Amino acid sequence: MDYLNGITLILNYIFIPGLTYGSQLALGALGITIVYSVLRFSNFAHGEFMSFGAMSSILLSWLFMSFEINIHPLPTAIMVLPIAVLLTITYCLIVDRLVFKFYRQQNSKSVINLIVSIGVMFFTGGLIRFIVGPGDRNFFDGERFFLKARTFKNITGLNEGLTLKTTQGVTILLSVFLVIVLFWFLNKTKTGKSMRAYSDNKELALLSGINPEKVVLITWIITGILACVAGTLYGLDKSYKPFTYLHLVLPIFSAAIVGGVGNPIGAIIGGFVIAFSELIITFAYKKIFFYFLPAYLVPEGLLQILSTDYKIAISFVILVIVLLIKPTGIYKGKIL
Amino acid sequence: MTNLARIKISYFLMITALIVVGFLQSWNVALTIFNLCVISSIMTLGINIQWGNAGIVNFGVMGFAALGGLANIIISMPPTSNAWNVGGEMIIIGLMIFTLSVFFSIILFKKSNLNNRVKYIISFISIISGYFIMRFLVDVPIEKIEAIEPAKTGYLGGFNLPVLLSWPVGGLLAAFSAFIIGKISLGLRSDYLAIATLGISEIIIYFLKNEDWLSRGVKNVNGLPRPVPYEIELQSKEWVLKVSDYLDIPITELSSIIVKLSYSILFILVLLIILFLLEIAVKSPWGRMMRAIRDNEVSANAMGKNIKQRHLQVFIIGSTIVGLAGAMLTTLDGQFTPVSYQPLRYTFLIWIMVIVGGSGNNFGSIIGGFLIWFFWVQSEPLGLWFISQITTYISDTNIIKSHLLENAAHIRLMFMGLILLITLRFAPKGLIPEVKR
Repeated sequence: MDYLNGITLILNYIFIPGLTYGSQLALGALGITIVYSVLRFSNFAHGEFMSFGAMSSILLSWLFMSFEINIHPLPTAIMVLPIAVLLTITYCLIVDRLVFKFYRQQNSKSVINLIVSIGVMFFTGGLIRFIVGPGDRNFFDGERFFLKARTFKNITGLNEGLTLKTTQGVTILLSVFLVIVLFWFLNKTKTGKSMRAYSDNKELALLSGINPEKVVLITWIITGILACVAGTLYGLDKSYKPFTYLHLVLPIFSAAIVGGVGNPIGAIIGGFVIAFSELIITFAYKKIFFYFLPAYLVPEGLLQILSTDYKIAISFVILVIVLLIKPTGIYKGKIL
Repeated sequence: MTNLARIKISYFLMITALIVVGFLQSWNVALTIFNLCVISSIMTLGINIQWGNAGIVNFGVMGFAALGGLANIIISMPPTSNAWNVGGEMIIIGLMIFTLSVFFSIILFKKSNLNNRVKYIISFISIISGYFIMRFLVDVPIEKIEAIEPAKTGYLGGFNLPVLLSWPVGGLLAAFSAFIIGKISLGLRSDYLAIATLGISEIIIYFLKNEDWLSRGVKNVNGLPRPVPYEIELQSKEWVLKVSDYLDIPITELSSIIVKLSYSILFILVLLIILFLLEIAVKSPWGRMMRAIRDNEVSANAMGKNIKQRHLQVFIIGSTIVGLAGAMLTTLDGQFTPVSYQPLRYTFLIWIMVIVGGSGNNFGSIIGGFLIWFFWVQSEPLGLWFISQITTYISDTNIIKSHLLENAAHIRLMFMGLILLITLRFAPKGLIPEVKR
């Protein structure tokens, strides 16, 4: 029984939150990876694109809430997601047309593109704050839990509860769905194959008649979808604040690099590596030892490896270690 | 236009703008802006020598600046009397043990010829055990130190030395960490290097935010000593009273102007010295070598230049300058607030300064620092003015208008992004382009 309690504790505090946060990071990292492998630069504006997507969802769900149109047990934001995705894609395409296209035609170095993306980041950040303001926005409605702690305790008779928030369930399901669609698209469709060919060898792809503008267009559409969904899910799960999105770009970059920039599978793995290590390293293990060890062996103190304040710093520590040991990341990247 | 003409015109316009602020707003505001402009220019010079002359992307500006700020505490604050008795040395010993365990694994990797898997296992064990030994030694003393009057001290304190000494020490701290960071990350490709430096500077700032025994963390260290007299002291001085009568300025205002002016003089001195040294460096064979490496690493390598060493060198030099500027910034503020170092915002602000001023030109960096900081400060009222202008015909009770006015301050982020994008698009060489030598 004690062991079951311990396992429930791990599931509740590490496994489910890790899976949720990991999916959010993975979606973000996928966006960065895809831009990197096709357009060949690190897109610092991705965090703000996510923020833009989340902002669109917020504004739309407010609109729909005021008309009292909803899909009750699920949050309204999920219903408006397709429209928000369209808005984000439009924004990405406008930015590309006005800003990135010029440097692509000039064949600029990737560092220049990176600095340009910082300009886009500043501008988008300002625009978002200008539209919704810098404050905290909560846009969650609907049922809060799929599975409540008390229901779980009643069913199983355990001391420890297991909760599954609606946002967590939705995040995980939606991410799995998106990733499956993405991989199907990249591997099975003609357009997806042409994208992979373009990212693998630009000149050869051009020679075989692939239209580069179309590839770029598709890239931004995919980026827009991923950014909007990831941003909205993160906002639903944690609450939306423009400032946190500015900082979210760093763990996302860590995830992309840890997995191997340019490799979609790597991005997903990287996201989960970052998410789980953040949780595992900052978790207080006292209670778990309490269930697994006889009472006289349980040590004193919280038994944390690092205090929770260092949560975000952990992703950089992992990043530095990976860069030191294996700069190419877990999966060697560069091609889709 | 020749570069000299550009320098003359832009510097003249910048100074005029500051004087206009002096007349329109107040001299106090103008001098506050001016002081921060000088500090930003120094930071910009530090980044410019890395990016403009050597092509190294360093996004760790805020980390180095924060280390400079830390130097202020270590040098100038009085030591907390009890802290060293309850186990301050233990913390030092613990940190040393951990560092040794890390060094051991580095040396293991470099020198020994064991096979790779064994190396990984040994170094993993060494670092983990080093970490836990450190925690074992350090945890109790840290708790005790943080318990000493947590509202006032609760940290180790410093050496109670003159605060001006903290400027070079801040530079040295930054140089030391730049050495380590450079060793880790300079071998990487440019955009990896950018993210790595950004990440490491975040780690530094997280450390300063959370290690209360060192810098009081988010509780901030207030009341750092000053290199210039206090306003109160000045107000009782004979000559200040006379000047105040003569110029017909209220004594409180005059005293704060005098304080700010003395800061300005100190800062300008530092700026001139650094500018002088950098100009010599850039014109020397060393500068030519750096540019050669920047423009074509392969051929520079073929000419027998040690690219890794040179990159490390210039990385340390630039970071030292940033650290020095960071120390000056904290001295000017009179307090150390780790939360105010926001890497993603201020690091990139410095970068905008470099690009707008003209990468590769020291005089350009200075005007870039002045111009962008000036805009950063002034675009808030400017944005408000702009919004109220375009909404004049909307009634005051309109919800859209009040919303727009409320968020007008954020227009400055958009301004900054636009300035950067426009510069990169239409004048990629910046206001004052690099001199062709």
